[in-house]
Amino acid sequence: MTINVVGANKRYGDFAALDDVSLEIPDGSLTALLGPSGSGKSTLLRSIAGLDRLDSGLVEINGVDVTYATPQQRDIGFVFQHYAAFKHMTVRENVAFGLKIRKRPAAEVKAKVDDLLEVVGLTGFQTRYPAQLSGGQRQRMALARALAVDPQVLLLDEPFGALDAKVRDELRSWLRRLHDEVHVTTVIVTHDQQEALDIADRIAVLNKGRIEQVGTPADVYDRPETEFVMSFLGSVAKLNGVLVRPHDIRVGRTPELARQGEQTSEEAGVLRAEVERVVYLGFEVRVELKNAATGERFHAQITRGDATALQLAEGDVVYVRATHVPEIAAAK
Amino acid sequence: MNLSKKTVLSLRSVALLYLLVLLVLPIGVILYRSFERGFGEFWAWITTPAAISALQLSLLIVAIVVPLNVIFGVLVALALARGKFRGKAALQAAVDLPFAVSPVVVGVALIMLWGVGGWFGGIESLGFRIIFGLPGMVLATTFVTLPFVVREVEPVLHEIGQDQEQAAATLGASAWQTFWRITLPAIRWGLTYGVVLTIARALGEYGAVLMVSSNFPGISQTLTLLVSSRNHDDYNTFGAYAAATLLMLLALVALVVMSLLEATRRRNRDDD
Repeated sequence: MTINVVGANKRYGDFAALDDVSLEIPDGSLTALLGPSGSGKSTLLRSIAGLDRLDSGLVEINGVDVTYATPQQRDIGFVFQHYAAFKHMTVRENVAFGLKIRKRPAAEVKAKVDDLLEVVGLTGFQTRYPAQLSGGQRQRMALARALAVDPQVLLLDEPFGALDAKVRDELRSWLRRLHDEVHVTTVIVTHDQQEALDIADRIAVLNKGRIEQVGTPADVYDRPETEFVMSFLGSVAKLNGVLVRPHDIRVGRTPELARQGEQTSEEAGVLRAEVERVVYLGFEVRVELKNAATGERFHAQITRGDATALQLAEGDVVYVRATHVPEIAAAK
Repeated sequence: MNLSKKTVLSLRSVALLYLLVLLVLPIGVILYRSFERGFGEFWAWITTPAAISALQLSLLIVAIVVPLNVIFGVLVALALARGKFRGKAALQAAVDLPFAVSPVVVGVALIMLWGVGGWFGGIESLGFRIIFGLPGMVLATTFVTLPFVVREVEPVLHEIGQDQEQAAATLGASAWQTFWRITLPAIRWGLTYGVVLTIARALGEYGAVLMVSSNFPGISQTLTLLVSSRNHDDYNTFGAYAAATLLMLLALVALVVMSLLEATRRRNRDDD
């Protein structure tokens, strides 16, 4: 089911949470709304759900105008950051809630609930209360609850934000697999670019209530249209005022070595820099550098093998060159 | 904080002495006096027609006041916790008014409003007796016990937040279904606590009820009025003690129920 938002505006006093936002979310996609806090990503999601009402603009789900529809009428599944588990109900009652509201026969409800609990890996937890579950389990229960009513679209508001890193990673890949099986149009809000790149097939980057760019993970990472997108999706280094990714910086002992294996071009010239610090971060090595001409500090990411071959030490003079310059940065 | 043994002991003695003089002694005296002539005599004095009528009237007032304040209290708590409207601060302050105003003043105000010659006094000529009748006593007691449910339920509503209610809405539940299935179960402890406090206060109310009751034994006396009239008017101190003990026992039941509920809540909380 496609979701279509046209010209959405929402203000809280003087603060523009959404500033003329238009976005089309294709049927069956897993789209991430990515942005820093206050960028309007949650407001956009809650407006699609009907939990927040737009000041102006239009929301369509599957071609139907739902701008003024209540959440009940929108046929959605919503997952909250802090689970919103019904604390006084067991896991089974939580998942069955939407079906009971729809007055489905008891046998059907039971079969569906057991089925979903198996999908989310909570079989055997039917009679537990949310207080007796871990954070990850509660969130999986919340997902089962949202999926139980066969929603047209699944909306997730920072669903893994309250979980530890390890559980978050697990649930992330689990959600991706689930999406590949169920194919329900899914929108996930996150401030974590890693998470967005990891699970989404489309990313909409928001900043200050506006959409900066929409595209595939590769689009937004490699071909950012604005400086904001460039710096929000990964770390950046500034070489003579040009933004590049630190892993796209080639480091050599001589100007020729820095250029080696690449076609030379005038605008991406070779810079002289001084090594200030070398940090070993497992597979990759971060080299902190100072531009010899301007004194500007930046860092390059190189592989451990390259670092060993280069034998870099503090105070060494090296030559660096950007191997890939995104268009936005080059245009500046 | 580390205190010397001496300090600890003297602090404890002060606290115990304070409790003894203010609480234990008066209650002990009443209990002693009630039973000094034996249980039979006590039983006789709490089963006189006047005493039974007073007990019934007190319980009747509680039975009317509690549902009124539950409905009103939950509505106001919801408005204060969830609503966005002008005058919220004024409502917030108004809820606490009964705590601030002396019950006697409440009684006087009711007489000026509903009594003969009052603003709504005309209703008496239609045959509805408000002042010096049951409605007056109910009004007075309702006013005095108004804040308890609101003040117990509102913080719970803030604490649980709106996530669960919104989740229910996205799952298709109407506002009414959400209230019965999600909100009410979530506030049940706060509500219970508010009800118990309301019952205890309603049973014990004296000043406001005294002002608006005709105070006839066997007709319009509550238990508190009975205690006072036996003591002051009839010089029947023993009967007053017996009625006071009965009143105390009722309050004690409310207190025990409240403590049991509190203990259950703690046990449930431990799972969180």
